[in-house]
Amino acid sequence: MTRTTEWHPHKYLPMTAAERDAMLRAVGRGSAEELFTDIPTEVRLRRPLSLPPALADGDLLAHLRDLSERNGHADRLTCFLGGGAYDHLIPSVVWHLAGRAEFVTAYTPYQAEVMQGELQAGYEYQSMLCELTAMDVANASMYDGASALGEAAVMARDLTKRDEVVVSTAVHPHYRETLRTFVQHLGIVVREVGYEDGVTLPGRVRALITERTAAVIVQSPNAFGCVEDGAVLAQTAHAVGALLVTAIAEPISLGVLQPPGAYGADIVAGEGQPLGSHLSFGGPYLGMLATRDAFVRRMPGRLVGVAADHDGRRGFVLTLQTREQHIRREKATSNICTNEALNALAAAVYMAALGKTGLRRVAEVNAQRAHYAKQRLCAIPGIRPAFDAPVFNEFVLRTPVAPEDLNVRLRQHGILGGLALHRWYPELADGWLVCVTEARTRAEIDKFVAAVSEVVS
Amino acid sequence: MYPDDRRYTREHEWARRENGRVRIGVTKFAADRLSDVVFIELPKAGAQVKAMDPFGVIESVKAASDLYAPVSGRVVEVNQQLMDSPETINQDPHGAAWMIVIETGAVGDAEWEQLLDSRAYEDLVGKEQ
Repeated sequence: MTRTTEWHPHKYLPMTAAERDAMLRAVGRGSAEELFTDIPTEVRLRRPLSLPPALADGDLLAHLRDLSERNGHADRLTCFLGGGAYDHLIPSVVWHLAGRAEFVTAYTPYQAEVMQGELQAGYEYQSMLCELTAMDVANASMYDGASALGEAAVMARDLTKRDEVVVSTAVHPHYRETLRTFVQHLGIVVREVGYEDGVTLPGRVRALITERTAAVIVQSPNAFGCVEDGAVLAQTAHAVGALLVTAIAEPISLGVLQPPGAYGADIVAGEGQPLGSHLSFGGPYLGMLATRDAFVRRMPGRLVGVAADHDGRRGFVLTLQTREQHIRREKATSNICTNEALNALAAAVYMAALGKTGLRRVAEVNAQRAHYAKQRLCAIPGIRPAFDAPVFNEFVLRTPVAPEDLNVRLRQHGILGGLALHRWYPELADGWLVCVTEARTRAEIDKFVAAVSEVVS
Repeated sequence: MYPDDRRYTREHEWARRENGRVRIGVTKFAADRLSDVVFIELPKAGAQVKAMDPFGVIESVKAASDLYAPVSGRVVEVNQQLMDSPETINQDPHGAAWMIVIETGAVGDAEWEQLLDSRAYEDLVGKEQ
């Protein structure tokens, strides 16, 4: 033991006893306890934390394995559950590359320009997201789909200088809750417009929007899996000078559906989990945000740009940072400065690995399998489709057995059933949202149909 | 250095009276401090502005700041060219880079008297330099 006085961080231990002493001497205190004298004794914990004794490596792993086996997850069960998080196949290359230590351990690029690899990854992600959505500019990511939608609403308010947003009830209920949380202290009024036959009717929107409306917010495919008529909704919003904000929970759908940029959406906010991120019990996910060139200065978050260095070589920079909170403080476009760089990288690798043709093919397989499953399920006596609107890979069925009971029974067959909708939509007490992705084989679908048939008959 | 045909705010805007209207811009001090201005956001003609409330945003390579209206009134003219060539603000802040013209109401006089004259403004920026 030679290190007693100097500061030598240990490679693995965050702080040794010697280092602790050195720091205490530097600040002129005799013990760590003295540092906490400002905290009233009545709020301090005056005993050791009650923790079980430390386990040996092997015992710890066995213990954690036991705990994890108590979970019912998509790797063990056959998953027909979607509703905002989607069980897709992820090519091995995605996490082989995204999982490299250089990326996994990279922290926020405070010295952004020395992290060219990290910036290039962000730039590639942004570029591909623009192609996917047919928008002009995308940021380097936000937290998740729901919070990206909240940011989009604030952005619309700033762009239009209007203080009201009209959101369809066919937007995912969690997205709407997050939206309300985001804007509740910003003086933005949220009004909801009801759906009909699974979709948002432009006529109903028209009846509700005024010169005060900053944005009409819809989701497509929506919370029922139904595809909205984006073009007509965009015209409707634009007629009163409002923006159309489109939420996307399932970006794989853009492999076959018209992209929001093509039908006149002004801001696209969505969830990028289906692009290469695992389900992971709900996170970390990937918030996507894209808009038109004209609106870029009101776009929150990091934005990677391409530039040339002193010698004319191509390089990447963080651009338009004056909008951000470290410079503009309370006037910043947003006061959330964290993003999901690793998930954005995974999305970039996913999109690059599949390419345009591959993504279209994956989308086609989703649609085909979902429609096959829907057709077969609807042939079961007592089961019928809730809506007639076109769908991508999710659809709502009305079931003769309560959806939650149905799911309990299916679990016994090793199947993770659909989402029971009555929690958010009382009028759909028998509504069951079923999702079928490309990860489900024909055999799995047939087994699922047989199991449902057995339960309901 | 700071023309005495106009008055100034502590937020570094200038205001010049022209037949019951007031022309507004930012001072050379502000332009120098911001360095290269890359973007400016101004209100539309017809908009109402209130004294010492933000009426626009000026953004340089270093910072983005609010623009404060020296007096209250209705915007009657907007310098459209400035939006296309914001660098004018660095080149000619007291002349070609005017931003808006406001038609003031009856409160205009009282607000006007709150503004700094060129000497007081020079004292202010002298202190800040």
